[in-house]
Amino acid sequence: MTVQQVLFFLFGAIALGAAIGMVTARKVFHAALWMLLAFFGVAGLYVLLEAPFFAAAQLFVYMGAIGVLIIYAIMLTRGMMRQRLPRVNDQWWFAGLLAAALLVVLAWLVWQHPWATTTAAAPADSLNRLGLTLVDPEGFALPFEVASVLLVMALIGAVTIVRER
Amino acid sequence: MESLSRFLAFLADAIVNIGDWIRGLLLGAGLVDPWVSLIMKAIGALVVAFFPLMVVVFLIWAYRKVAARMQGRLGPNSSGTWAGPYGILQTFADAIKMLTKEDIRPQGIDLIPYNLAPILVVFASIATWAVMPFGPRLIGSDLNIGIFYILAFSSAALVVFLMAGWSSNNKYATVGAFRSVAQLIGYEIPQLLAVLTVVMVTGSLRMQEIVGQQEIPLLFQLPVTAFIFFLASMAEVNARPFELLEAESELVCGYFIEYSGMKFGMFYLGEFMNSTAVAALFATLFLGGWRGPWVEQAPILGTVWFLLKMGLMLLLWMFIQITFPRLRIDQMLAFNWKFLVPLALANLCVIGLVNKGITEWFPGGVSTWTRAGILLMTNVGIFLATWGILAALERREQRRRETWRAAQVGEVEVSA
Repeated sequence: MTVQQVLFFLFGAIALGAAIGMVTARKVFHAALWMLLAFFGVAGLYVLLEAPFFAAAQLFVYMGAIGVLIIYAIMLTRGMMRQRLPRVNDQWWFAGLLAAALLVVLAWLVWQHPWATTTAAAPADSLNRLGLTLVDPEGFALPFEVASVLLVMALIGAVTIVRER
Repeated sequence: MESLSRFLAFLADAIVNIGDWIRGLLLGAGLVDPWVSLIMKAIGALVVAFFPLMVVVFLIWAYRKVAARMQGRLGPNSSGTWAGPYGILQTFADAIKMLTKEDIRPQGIDLIPYNLAPILVVFASIATWAVMPFGPRLIGSDLNIGIFYILAFSSAALVVFLMAGWSSNNKYATVGAFRSVAQLIGYEIPQLLAVLTVVMVTGSLRMQEIVGQQEIPLLFQLPVTAFIFFLASMAEVNARPFELLEAESELVCGYFIEYSGMKFGMFYLGEFMNSTAVAALFATLFLGGWRGPWVEQAPILGTVWFLLKMGLMLLLWMFIQITFPRLRIDQMLAFNWKFLVPLALANLCVIGLVNKGITEWFPGGVSTWTRAGILLMTNVGIFLATWGILAALERREQRRRETWRAAQVGEVEVSA
């Protein structure tokens, strides 16, 4: 096994183990922390794929922003920090059904997709290409802008909801 | 004579040469290449990780000494127990004391996050040093996302404060953690926008490239950006005017109130290490990093310039930290959201337009000095506009206060 393979299995194990820890954790706060560890494992996989920008973005957005947001939401919700919460509610069978269906679809996709393999290294200017593609009208300029409009809408909506009248 | 010149040539790029010497030694011992590279990388990682620790040991002593002198005290010294000349060994004595203290665990803590938090704090601040350029060839790893990597780690470290604050099972710690996240997330925005301006002007996220672009240090091209970055990073490292996370008088110590012994020491260490990292970052982004006279002839001088610039920023940090009183939390948040963020946004837009305009108006390319001059003029313009708006707002506020006071006085006269 090469060093890269060892690292791949290490980060994969971190991501998967943390995901299992998240769904089995008894405290919601612990579940959130497990989730952050899973994000960290995924960031490691991005590094192995020679996509350092995505790895840093994963740390920045998922751990720094979304993780903090989720923990905040948990802490500010009444009763969420109790020691023993019931792990399932009345809709557990429906959620399980959906999860199983998603698993089948994903497994089918992974099975069907012709995975192209290459031994060539990632291009050195991949970061520049990513930036250019995001602002290129032929590329992803429109989805990129629409996404930012969506975020602005969310911001304005949040301000409108909490504003004192 | 010849040996002297050879010694000087060795000294001129001492750290790189020592590295080459160790590599030669390992190859001579019969090791093959992937392993030699691995060992060299491990040694490099150790050196980079130990550097901030060494700096911090000195910095804590220097901070105490400077603070004492500014407040008319002596500070650490050898008058009672011997602590070296000028008390320079005081930090070591404190570290040993902390290591020998009893490990107190309060009741009702969340054991694993509680014990993990101090480790992660130090880990996150050491990790940022991996991409810091110490010299022309001295850098842990010259990633093509360099500056973004540093920002990502400082942002991910926010979770650790929440972990420490929540798992301590203490209301002051929890309030401290909430405050820390409100403050750090808020001040991350102007810091990020300032860094974005720098990235736009230099055209790269790579640290060595940012340093390489600064024939004229960016402080003299983008003073407003430097000012925003400086204030935002003061808040990011929790220095005195923005020191609301610890606020001894209200929160006792903030999110790490329940920690004692070396765990407390780790938080203390992490804080000083973050300040050092921010000083080094300012030196790299705005003061030209390792650039300075005679660096081509003797690359080791680059490291000296870098450390001098970092030291200068740390000294400034200490002066502000020691002389300023603490803001209130509403003042601090208002200062960020009503002043720094709009200023940073306007600055980003204007500099972006001007920077693009320079390349459009001068298709044949433009000299560094002209470019710097145009950017500086733009910055002066932004500064004057900000000053004008602030002065107008202040005048309006004053008028309102006067009319209010006049109305009060009028009522009093009527009732008398």
